[in-house]
Amino acid sequence: MSERVVIVGAGPAGIRAAEVLTQAGLRPTVVDEGMRCGGQIYRRPPEGFTRTAEKLYGFEAEKAQALHASFGRMLAEERLAYCPQSSVLSVAENGLQVLTAAGLHHLAFDRLIIATGATERVAPVEGWESAGVYGLGAMQIALKSQGVALGRRIVLAGSGPLLTLVAAQLLDAGADVATVLDTSSLATQMRGLPLMLARPGLVARGMAMRARLGRRYLAGVRLDRIETSRDGVEAIAWSHRGTSHRTKCDAVGLGWHLRSETQLAGLAGADFRYDDTFAQWLPQADSMGRAGDRLYLAGDGLRLLGADGAQITGRLAASACLKDMGLPFPDMRADLRRMQRLDRFAAGLSRAFPWPAEAVRRLPDEAVVCRCESVTAGALREAVDAGASEANRAKSLSRVGMGRCQGRYCQLAGAEIVAARAGLAVAAVRRLRDQAPVRPAPIGALSSALDPTPAKSPSDVAS
Amino acid sequence: MSMDGRIRRLAETDRPPVDFVLDGRDCRALVGDTVLTAVLCNAKTLRQAEFGPEGRAGFCLMGACQDCWMWQENGPRLRTCSTPIAPGMRLMSAPPGDWP
Repeated sequence: MSERVVIVGAGPAGIRAAEVLTQAGLRPTVVDEGMRCGGQIYRRPPEGFTRTAEKLYGFEAEKAQALHASFGRMLAEERLAYCPQSSVLSVAENGLQVLTAAGLHHLAFDRLIIATGATERVAPVEGWESAGVYGLGAMQIALKSQGVALGRRIVLAGSGPLLTLVAAQLLDAGADVATVLDTSSLATQMRGLPLMLARPGLVARGMAMRARLGRRYLAGVRLDRIETSRDGVEAIAWSHRGTSHRTKCDAVGLGWHLRSETQLAGLAGADFRYDDTFAQWLPQADSMGRAGDRLYLAGDGLRLLGADGAQITGRLAASACLKDMGLPFPDMRADLRRMQRLDRFAAGLSRAFPWPAEAVRRLPDEAVVCRCESVTAGALREAVDAGASEANRAKSLSRVGMGRCQGRYCQLAGAEIVAARAGLAVAAVRRLRDQAPVRPAPIGALSSALDPTPAKSPSDVAS
Repeated sequence: MSMDGRIRRLAETDRPPVDFVLDGRDCRALVGDTVLTAVLCNAKTLRQAEFGPEGRAGFCLMGACQDCWMWQENGPRLRTCSTPIAPGMRLMSAPPGDWP
């Protein structure tokens, strides 16, 4: 019997990994949270929606369609097993705990490819816990998969390629985007440009989109606070060249590029290092994505290279998997060469649109850091003063990182605040340990998994 | 709380309607809407925050932040960004009175 390979994630990386494996004659299992394949950037609307791929994905339409079609073919030819709307809660010895509408299942594997993508990297702004504040990615998902704008008058703020892209897409669709506030100055952006020119076509496209925003777009902005009422956002206060401004709005989209989604990789045993370029902890892997014994990582959950890079790292991981199984594997030298260019571009992006560490460190005590449990920067600083200068200790004392998002949206900001208070480099604060389940699970599902009554099939019985 | 919706439809408005109930009030959405879209077309928030005074209306829309869970009159809580609206759903922005 051939080895069981499980892929977590059906975005660009997961789909390309599946393709390489199926071409080698394997029948992998793909587990994905989405209702349809595509991941986030090539996310598909529900069945019955009618906008064209050009309308949904713009310049990326062909790439998106090619990925969707490839997955569709593998599915139609029954060359893979597909588990949509299935959340992986945990990685245990040779198996995944998978939560579906029907309950909890154990999915055994011999080799595991993790392609869990990324989330928004968000820096807290005073008032960001209120209704109407969303990630920039959420603004894009709402438009793409539901055809809606998440507000009647929207301000987008943060930094990174998504800021300009989402603004342009919302304007094209007819939304009212009041202003686009980039916390990176034009001088800082210029410092990233030489490396970004590794992909001149993308730079030109970004500049054209930026030009379309006209005077809506401002660089070098300081975000002061989001003003709110019980119903949500009322306005955003910001400063530019020493002058204070206030823009009325009912929605704010925030984002500073991406944060790798690494919790399953951590539970599966990957090692991490603090990456100064991306200003976050990233899993360690070799150039093919090997991160441990029979463990492979791909996509933005490995390195933040975007969808093109994810397709490559997906193929690389699957190729490494085949090689390690002693099977014929495709020649990956061309892909490895392309990676160098993507790496240079990504490093340029990070330099041009940096994580706003200083602004986070200066957050007022009353600002909420943990949205899940409304824990303030002041409460976190008190925990540091009480001796918690390590991330996990600070989490125990303050609860920042303990809420139901599992620290996804507060841990980077939390680490900055702890580091500033303790007088440490942010890497010295260390990384939050990964804790299962990585998604909330109903108690009923967990207790039935402990029930010794056999489930539907032997492979379903939790160990 | 305001009865106006938070979100604005920009496209794909030719879908058939779906009727549901929000906090005892009859509401209408479209087939293919997520519960989040359906509710926020009819209200400003999904729920009250547990630890603060503010309302919440979701944050990431991709199942990662867990901000958008709502209650149902019957049945389990829902993560509204990843659950399609279904006819006759009876949603609540606050837990039922007998919740401990």
